Amino acid sequence: MVFPIVAIFFHVPLSTLLHQLTNPVVTDALIVSLKTVAISQFVTILFGTPTAWFLASHRFRGRSLAITLVEIPIVLPPAVAGLGLLVAYGRLGLLGGTFDFLGINVAFNQTAVVFAITLVAGPFYVRQAIATFESVDQNMVAASRTLGAGALRTFFRVTVPLSRGGLLAGESLSLARGLGEFGATILFAGSFQGRTQTLPLAVYNQFEAVQIPTALAISALLVVLSLAILLILKVGVLWQPSRQRSASLFDRSVSV
Amino acid sequence: MAALEAAFGIPLRSFRLGVELAVEGTVALVGPSGAGKTTVLRAVAGLVKPASGRIALGDETWFDAEAKLFLQPDERRVGLVFQEYALFPHMNVRQNVAYAGRARVDEYLERFRISHLARARVTELSGGERQRVALARALARDPGVLLLDEPLAALDAHTKVAVRGELQELLRELGLPTLLVTHDYEDAAALADRVGVIVDGELRQLAAPQEMVAEPADGFVAAFTGANLLHGNARHGPNGLTEIVLDSGDTIFSADEGTGRVEAVVYPWEVSIGHDHLPDSAQNVLRGEIRSLSYVGNRVRVRIGILTAEVTAASAEKLGLAVGMPAVASFKATGTRLVSSTSSGSR
Repeated sequence: MVFPIVAIFFHVPLSTLLHQLTNPVVTDALIVSLKTVAISQFVTILFGTPTAWFLASHRFRGRSLAITLVEIPIVLPPAVAGLGLLVAYGRLGLLGGTFDFLGINVAFNQTAVVFAITLVAGPFYVRQAIATFESVDQNMVAASRTLGAGALRTFFRVTVPLSRGGLLAGESLSLARGLGEFGATILFAGSFQGRTQTLPLAVYNQFEAVQIPTALAISALLVVLSLAILLILKVGVLWQPSRQRSASLFDRSVSV
Repeated sequence: MAALEAAFGIPLRSFRLGVELAVEGTVALVGPSGAGKTTVLRAVAGLVKPASGRIALGDETWFDAEAKLFLQPDERRVGLVFQEYALFPHMNVRQNVAYAGRARVDEYLERFRISHLARARVTELSGGERQRVALARALARDPGVLLLDEPLAALDAHTKVAVRGELQELLRELGLPTLLVTHDYEDAAALADRVGVIVDGELRQLAAPQEMVAEPADGFVAAFTGANLLHGNARHGPNGLTEIVLDSGDTIFSADEGTGRVEAVVYPWEVSIGHDHLPDSAQNVLRGEIRSLSYVGNRVRVRIGILTAEVTAASAEKLGLAVGMPAVASFKATGTRLVSSTSSGSR
């Protein structure tokens, strides 16, 4: 399992890898990736968190259907998602005319990359957030309300802190998935250096152009970034100031 | 102090919960689990919306089905102490208490002797300490009514007696209308001025503890207050007494009137135990083998035949009571109350 990852670092000399990091192809892709992933994660958390909370705390007709809709992109092949985006929002897609009219052009630019990443990676966060919110002890929420806190204050002071571990785990998963997004992006946004070419697209592009050291350098960069995400997740969940330690993972129940 | 008035109905899974209460001082609701006790508290707190009725504290109306009025929990001046306390695990003791109001945090920490635990995590506390934090937090809200859900159930037997004493004192000092629920009649009688027995969502009797023992409304209430229930058929007997032929075949007498199917209520502490009995027409006698002996403090609960008796440890020792020994249980006909038969038997 680990061998291919190790091999990436040893196929060409380390100095070549480091040198390749200054290659404009690499730096452009890094900037595009960081920018689009950051925006898509922001959008995911901004809209995904309230959606997840709503789905977790309300019982209504069509709730299971709504949750299933959220989950579909998780099981959908990314290439299919990309093609779907193209025929839905692309210039010649179903809503292309509407988007044109509104002055929004989404095909083959960074907005398209954000769309693709959000669609493919967002559900990983939302699904986890629903499960996490559902597991919050409802007596805590009830206690907060009887102590005079409104719904909003209860959400930020009780529900979110108690869900911290789960939300962080979902966000890390979503972030890693977004960083590695390939299929949907290449179909919907294309692979234009400096505009829509993210790190994974650059790997493929350089590989096709037989620029193996560059492809390897980008791969190594992605490995490092992915490991960093994993590390942040572990540290974030496990190490928390003693008084603020997440209750959702370790001591969800205060029963004696 | 404004009184809490609550009269409402809530359809539950297998029965309808209907209560009508005016709470001044302390009222305890007792009943078996699943009787709807906690739902009553949740409805008063605004966590459950009743289908009908009205809930008000003095002139503040919190719920009125007809006027379509329903205040959210945060708009009601209630202090609810949850069964497992529901302390926020991501906050320390001080933050928990300050959650409801920062103004008098120190005062409450002091009052409940938890100042030294202010920075402690709530997961590190003992059961008794948790309860004090939960009470301090609920009172920091400055509530007009205090609701306690099984305040003693989460505590071990050793802690319980001490905490019950503290709670008694606190409730008296506060003078707030208090509604508490418990499955333990003894706790209810110790803490409350009035006790309500609730079964299958229905309030069977609401009375002062001594009144409930003197005149239980039905067999279930009697059994819940700790009485023996002896099932049998009653008819007029000699000397103006009622003669009851028990299902066990024994015959006993009661000073109460009654005919047909009845339940005779006999409190354990009114039963005396001996090797033999002195002939006395006003004395009921049941013979049996001692089935079990359990020591509770300086008292002994003796299971003899179909009865439970409670005698002092000293007299149990004097009589040399032992399991398997034949003995005679006797109790006065005047102490034998009759209630009409109910479908719900003993607990």
